[in-house]
Amino acid sequence: MSTVQASIPARTPSADAVSRWSRVRADRNFIAVWFMLPAAAFLLLFLAYPLGLGVWMSFTDARIGRTGVYIGLENYEWLWDDAIFWLSVFNTLLYTIVASAIKFAIGLYLALLLNRNMPFKAFIRSIVLIPFIVPTVLSAIAFWWIYDSQFSIISWSLTRLGLISHNIDFLGDPNWARASVIIANIWRGVPFVAITLLAGLQTVSPSLYEAATLDGATSWQRFRHITYPLLTPIIAVVMTFSVLFTFTDFQLIWALTRGGPVNATHLMATLSYQRGIISGRLGEGAAIATAMIPFLLAAIAISWFGMQRRKWQQGGNND
Amino acid sequence: MTDSTLQSAATDDAEGMSYLESVPRRLVTLYLPLFIILIVLLFPFYWMVLTAIKPDEQLIDMNTYNPFWVVHPTFKHVSKLLFETQYPRWLWNTMYVALGATTLSIIASVLAAYAIVRLRFRGADTVGVLIFFAYLVPPSILFIPLASVIQAYGLFDSPLSLILVYPTLLIPFSTWLLMGYFKTIPFELEECALIDGASRWQILVKIVVPLAVPGLISAFIFSFTLCWNEFIYALTFLQSTPNKTVPVAVVNEFVDGDIYKWGSLMAGALVGSLPLVVLYAFFVEHYVSAMTGAVKE
Repeated sequence: MSTVQASIPARTPSADAVSRWSRVRADRNFIAVWFMLPAAAFLLLFLAYPLGLGVWMSFTDARIGRTGVYIGLENYEWLWDDAIFWLSVFNTLLYTIVASAIKFAIGLYLALLLNRNMPFKAFIRSIVLIPFIVPTVLSAIAFWWIYDSQFSIISWSLTRLGLISHNIDFLGDPNWARASVIIANIWRGVPFVAITLLAGLQTVSPSLYEAATLDGATSWQRFRHITYPLLTPIIAVVMTFSVLFTFTDFQLIWALTRGGPVNATHLMATLSYQRGIISGRLGEGAAIATAMIPFLLAAIAISWFGMQRRKWQQGGNND
Repeated sequence: MTDSTLQSAATDDAEGMSYLESVPRRLVTLYLPLFIILIVLLFPFYWMVLTAIKPDEQLIDMNTYNPFWVVHPTFKHVSKLLFETQYPRWLWNTMYVALGATTLSIIASVLAAYAIVRLRFRGADTVGVLIFFAYLVPPSILFIPLASVIQAYGLFDSPLSLILVYPTLLIPFSTWLLMGYFKTIPFELEECALIDGASRWQILVKIVVPLAVPGLISAFIFSFTLCWNEFIYALTFLQSTPNKTVPVAVVNEFVDGDIYKWGSLMAGALVGSLPLVVLYAFFVEHYVSAMTGAVKE
């Protein structure tokens, strides 16, 4: 309204001021600033600033209740000689690589199954997503009970089948504990991978498969030369998310083992919480958290370049 | 494929090439693996429900009673949870935090997404990419510095701290989701409104938002679920028992040396999950579109 009115009389000084004001008001950059303001405020105050602060804190000896002073790389030097830290790095990499690979394999397989024609398709698909909906901590507690050293239903069943003679101490033995948390993580992550890949699969035209079948392609060849190439961009995105969330996982471990037994399941995130919040050495905890950043950047870079290559091969962008 | 009537073409399309498969083959390659996967995916919930309604003596005596079933189910654990603990209070906290954070995030995201997609201001693409990167910053590297930020603002041990912090998890996701929705709204509609003298604000409120309601619902329920699910911030920022959210309280308050803890623990997990499962049952399609939409963008 004001734009139209103000632009007509443009001679008197006051009208000039009004028109300049209204021009500013109609300017898209000016409006955009106001529109972006709430989101920017949240993200700057509670995301960007803490991210920088975390890196800074890793160079200080801050403790709970007292701001630290700059101590250079001392926290990192300390961590470099800390066997528990390196154990947590190893655990995190093991956890991420094994769980992500299996989540991808099972997720893709499940997506291919769900993409086939069957009765109650929509219902089955909605059931598959339930593990993803339920809060991780609460389902982890169910796993805790399933893995109980005395009353585990898995031990009970295996004993009844005559496969083992005494209960498996799922969360008490280091290797069993690692396997147990990885399985719980896979259980929780498969639905996400499957449903997002399924969404990608549904965009693949069935006529491509028909054509390939007429040309005599086997089902493996159809998968390898039709499904897989067309699905690559979405695989890259889904696996980036999956790897990132697995790498930075905290809640599943905290609910199941709290890093035990003898630090065998400590991930970098749980160790960071243990050192930073529980022991109160904020600086050291921040250093462990900051040490995760290079790994995250590497994961993002790999998937990013993976996607770029696909775009280049397909000769354009995938919008 | 090339059938003469429309009707058979349509059914043909839906079936794909499945008519080429024999029934036994489908049974082995499709139904059996799917059945096994579904059983594995659902078993922990079955176990959760079963434990929550099992009397204590059946829980620990696995020889007399078949552990896979329950005789004489009891609501003792659930009623103990609701009437003898602060569970209702925790549920209320979780609900309050989730609703508050989600509402703030949706408002901020609608404005941001509209500005990025439709105002096309200078640097809009860069801002879009930055927001995407914000989506990739995990809470586990932020909780320590955030704890000191929260402390500095005097919000420690207050649910308000979570309402202010959770939007950092939700805004990037919702903004990307809504950007996708806003792109599908024909901009001719907005041009008409601009010519008729509507301001950008009026266009957003009266044209864009009503047309993007499905997207808003998706963003809302998905954000709500994420809030309900969030653990590490709630664990770090909330200290006193009555202020806790359900996931934190269940992990911290029910865990003791008692071998009879399992009934109430499972009841706590079950009751804490139910609101989300009910919400999910009503909005399945929105969940799926939220999940796949934000990833595909």
